[in-house]
Amino acid sequence: MSDQGHLIQLQVIWSRLIAAVEEQARSLIRAGFSTSTREAGDVSAGVFNTRGEMIAQAVTGTPGHINSMARSVKHFLAEYPAATMREGDVYITNDPWKATGHLSDLSVVTPIFRAGRFVGLFACTTHVVDIGGNGPSPESRDVYGEGLFIPIMKVVDRGEMNESLLKMVRANVKEPVQVEGDIFALVACNDVGGQRLMKIMDEYGLEEIDTIGDEIFERSRKAMLDEIAKLPRGTWSNTMTIDGYEAPIELCAAVTVDETGVHIDMEGTSAASRFGINCPMCYTEAYASFGVKCLVAPHLPNNAATMACITVTAPEDCIANASFPRPVVARSTIGMFLPDLVFGCFEQALTDRVPAESTGTLWNIRLGMASEGGRKGFMVTTFHSGGAGARPALDGLSATPFPSGIRNVPVEVTESITPLVIWRKEFLKDSGGPGRQRGGLGQVMEIGNREEAPLTLYARYERVVNPARGRQGGQSGAPGRLTLGSGAKLKAKGLQVIPAGETVIIEMPGGGGYGRPEDRNAEAVAMDLRQGFISPEAAAEAYGKPGTGA
Amino acid sequence: MTAPQARLAVDIGGTFTDIVLERGPGDFISGKYLTTHGEPERAVLEGTRDLLEKGGVAPGDIGLVVHGTTLATNALIERKGAKIAMITTRGFRDSLEMAYEHRFEVSDLYMQRPAPLVPRWLRLEVDERMAADGSVLRPFDPESLRALIPVLRAEGVEAVAICFLHSYMNGAHESAAGALLAAEMPELRITLSHEICPEIREYERGSTACANAYVQPVMESYLRRLKTGIAGLGIPGEIMLMMSSGGLCSLDVACAQPIKLVESGPAGGAVLAAHLAAEMSIDAAIAFDMGGTTAKLVLIDHATPQQSRNLEVARAYRFLRGSGMPLRVPVIDLVEIGAGGGSLGQIDGLGCVAVGPESAGSEPGPAAYGLGGTRPAVTDADLILGKIDPEGFAGGKIALDALLAAQALDIHVGTPAGMDVRTAAIAMVEVVDENMANAARVHATDNGAQLEGRTMIAFGGAAPMHAARIAQKLSIDRIVIPKGAGVGSAHGFLLAPVSYEAVRTRLIPLAALTTEDMGAILSDMRAEAERIVRLGVPAPAPLSESIAVYMRYRGQGHEIMVTLDALPAADALHSMLTALFDAEYRRHFGRTIPGMEIECLTWKLALSGPRPAPTGAALAPEATPAPGPRKRQALVDLASMTDGDAGVYTRTGLLPGMRIPGPAIITESETNTMVPAGFSASIDARGHIVIDREAAVAAKGEAA
Repeated sequence: MSDQGHLIQLQVIWSRLIAAVEEQARSLIRAGFSTSTREAGDVSAGVFNTRGEMIAQAVTGTPGHINSMARSVKHFLAEYPAATMREGDVYITNDPWKATGHLSDLSVVTPIFRAGRFVGLFACTTHVVDIGGNGPSPESRDVYGEGLFIPIMKVVDRGEMNESLLKMVRANVKEPVQVEGDIFALVACNDVGGQRLMKIMDEYGLEEIDTIGDEIFERSRKAMLDEIAKLPRGTWSNTMTIDGYEAPIELCAAVTVDETGVHIDMEGTSAASRFGINCPMCYTEAYASFGVKCLVAPHLPNNAATMACITVTAPEDCIANASFPRPVVARSTIGMFLPDLVFGCFEQALTDRVPAESTGTLWNIRLGMASEGGRKGFMVTTFHSGGAGARPALDGLSATPFPSGIRNVPVEVTESITPLVIWRKEFLKDSGGPGRQRGGLGQVMEIGNREEAPLTLYARYERVVNPARGRQGGQSGAPGRLTLGSGAKLKAKGLQVIPAGETVIIEMPGGGGYGRPEDRNAEAVAMDLRQGFISPEAAAEAYGKPGTGA
Repeated sequence: MTAPQARLAVDIGGTFTDIVLERGPGDFISGKYLTTHGEPERAVLEGTRDLLEKGGVAPGDIGLVVHGTTLATNALIERKGAKIAMITTRGFRDSLEMAYEHRFEVSDLYMQRPAPLVPRWLRLEVDERMAADGSVLRPFDPESLRALIPVLRAEGVEAVAICFLHSYMNGAHESAAGALLAAEMPELRITLSHEICPEIREYERGSTACANAYVQPVMESYLRRLKTGIAGLGIPGEIMLMMSSGGLCSLDVACAQPIKLVESGPAGGAVLAAHLAAEMSIDAAIAFDMGGTTAKLVLIDHATPQQSRNLEVARAYRFLRGSGMPLRVPVIDLVEIGAGGGSLGQIDGLGCVAVGPESAGSEPGPAAYGLGGTRPAVTDADLILGKIDPEGFAGGKIALDALLAAQALDIHVGTPAGMDVRTAAIAMVEVVDENMANAARVHATDNGAQLEGRTMIAFGGAAPMHAARIAQKLSIDRIVIPKGAGVGSAHGFLLAPVSYEAVRTRLIPLAALTTEDMGAILSDMRAEAERIVRLGVPAPAPLSESIAVYMRYRGQGHEIMVTLDALPAADALHSMLTALFDAEYRRHFGRTIPGMEIECLTWKLALSGPRPAPTGAALAPEATPAPGPRKRQALVDLASMTDGDAGVYTRTGLLPGMRIPGPAIITESETNTMVPAGFSASIDARGHIVIDREAAVAAKGEAA
């Protein structure tokens, strides 16, 4: 075939590989049991060459897996070199340091053989409903308390399910049938990918995919470096203080842009916490790189080559590079602030491209009720968020997470599976950081119980002391707040009791503003007043524009 | 005197209003008229008058007018609906604006959500609250509603959507609120969310109700004008409306629930394909419609297009799921791709050829039209590759300039990628065909369906040029290009049955389900559906019933639809539903999960009137020698990227029983059919082109 024809073939095979991993991911999402899997597409799926480098990855809902799953395959190959892998073998782990950052994520890797020859691997990750231990609570003092730890091992041995492993899993988790179902779904979705790969190889008469993978890498690396070359060269630093568990946490980053890529160093970042909000390096890399990627080259695919252009380093055993066996279950507490941290560096280098700070960590609501007498208890998690930061030309998105891509759980669904009653769920007036572009509004939810029984609230909220900051003269968003319906204040972190007959009021923070509030267009202020997004007092005080009396 | 026999189908699209006149069984004539946007009925009435005259049919002979329109969709996209208010439970007015609280494009920092149809100051709250089980947590306070009436009056609100929490379980508060408003403001149009969409999930139900209220005044006034106009022409026949589900409803139902009319055009195409599948005894088909800007795919099993209840309109990102306004209405499940004859090609940041979704549309159109387009469109690439006979394109109405096409390809694709024009054209066509094939693959995975072994039914201006290559990519061995596919949607309208789908949300664990529960849900839905369907199908004409239950394992968020014909006997209820669920689950996910509790969430019952019977198995026509090609032209074979020499035939000159070996081009006024090497085309008894992969035919022959 001509060289020209070769490019066409490369492109067709590339798009076919992307479709294959997309099919792999969709089949996993559809079969998955955990709420985050189905509502947010909290899964990842990808195809790898024989060296364990990711050639293509499905576009899925949450950024946290993007790099972490990609890198995990190398750990599998280190443990089980290619020469020891056999057709019909499938491997599994939930090692937070070698996979995606906490025990609740199971990663499964399947080597693919063609005519007896090892040609590549498919990998996927999903979040399971439960993995035992203290569940989602960050109160464990080490990872041992956080649930069942599955080292890299075979889950299928030459076509036979590893019954001993499944038995161990079933015995250790609260929802054994669902978790086992997720394991089968992970194995099955890699098979879907493998079957698609075989078809592609048949159709194009390929014996291996490493060559085509290398070409994909070459084009991707060049495109990524082209985008990076458009950035100014230099080093910029930023610090962000967040509330933390036992003490405030400093997150520090210095971003260097040079001809080799974008390098992030987190020197100065606070030491690890006693609580499970520590973040293993793989998850830090995922979110920090995501911040760079969506600012610099949002349209380029994620693969080993584009990812390699972004490096992340952090001091040993700081909170963003926690060592084994630190507790890590709530590692998203740190991870989800990293894009904003990186943005603060880029803000100094780029004009009118960098959004203001967002709520960051999700304001998920975890409520439970104990079983007592004939009353059946429950434990539920629903996903919600405060406001996102204002953009240089656009207001921030209200009640919308960033960087997470998760979807909410409908109120009617939550109420149909629990005795909870959500009495209101509405935008929180004046919570968006004032600015030329206003920060996204937070929201308030008030929740009670139809049963005459106390509720347990598992709180781990951020931005209660340290709000989302504005940029370029924009002001901070409102901080979050938790109270009882009767007025008493609640803590933002830890387990608390909502007495029977009481409600809990959860006020979620607003996003930061962008640009000076006095530069906000008068029409926009008037519209905000009419919509009730701001009060007449705020119009006068923050924006210097009197209320229209609407 | 016999009843009027002739029927008329009218499809109003964005550019053209297609009208088909059926004079008798199998006897059609059709016309295309420019859509008159201000008063769409004008084109309909003028076109009808014109076509009746041409067809020599008296208005009095028209027994039925079947109508589909994009009017409702356009009102939503262009925000040209009524001034509406939403009335909701206190504390929940922001549900409509919060939507899913998510970012549908995860890495787009500048993402924007479409603005809600109702601004916040017209999302008004009243005191009332139902619990999830339908019991009253807080009674409806009529005074809190009465207090809002001055606001509705002052703002000049024309229609309201009443959307209370959990109204799908108990609609009493919504009904009471509706009755109060109707009494106080008789001019107001009122949509109750539990009537238009009695399903769980407050955002989707509210969105559906608001969209209905938003389009209702526009649609109602249009439909009433149309009715008067049609009667004024002397047409005695009734007007029936095509719905997104592929069924028909009466004009009064359409006026009350106009949101069910969105996307009726594509539904007509799917109905036509399904009818064809029935006629030709095709068990598993995929309908493929490709026009100027988009391509659409629908899976058709046992001559029934796949159905769903999720539709999205007015997307912020046209081809991105989750970026639009959700509507929970019965709809034919089609996947839409930004790929058409007008889709533009360019080189992207990776140095790769990218095609669409940006489209040259009909103006300026592809570069070859010579109307000022300078960027290469898919049609330009098709022309360069020899898939089009430049002399006879669009019935000779548009002269194609291959030089302009080559120039555009060279500047925007060839030179930047280091390719000659021919290779650039191959690249564009391969990329766009691959995009469509991939969309079909992912859609099949989402539905647990196989593509291999299906028959592709291809219609729309660009589809017959691309169908065979896409079929090759999907391991599909047979393609059917129906006769007169250019006005496929309108044809489909004449084949649709009157139907109505009722739905209920009742979360019941399968283990606790009794035939009494299920029977009660079904008869409640049956009563609703029958009341509406009988408006179009008077008793005693028989109605056919289909039942579906959306089931899932407890804890899952997606339900799987299980269909059944009738209420099972009490002793077989659990075993039968379990078996049906297991089979569907296995089909989707390859395995079941023993020991896991199964629950039923949503229930559906559809009633349909009689549908036109397929004309039965036509005898295979006797083999007839085909005429020689009108001429020969170079045609690039995409699979091997080599040059071939294709015979060019005129479709009207081909008769049943004729067989033409590939490579060949068959031209007709609306499109060209490309038959690649390794395939052959034959004309069946009904005049459809059937393209078969020769290796597959040979293999079947051996097996037989």
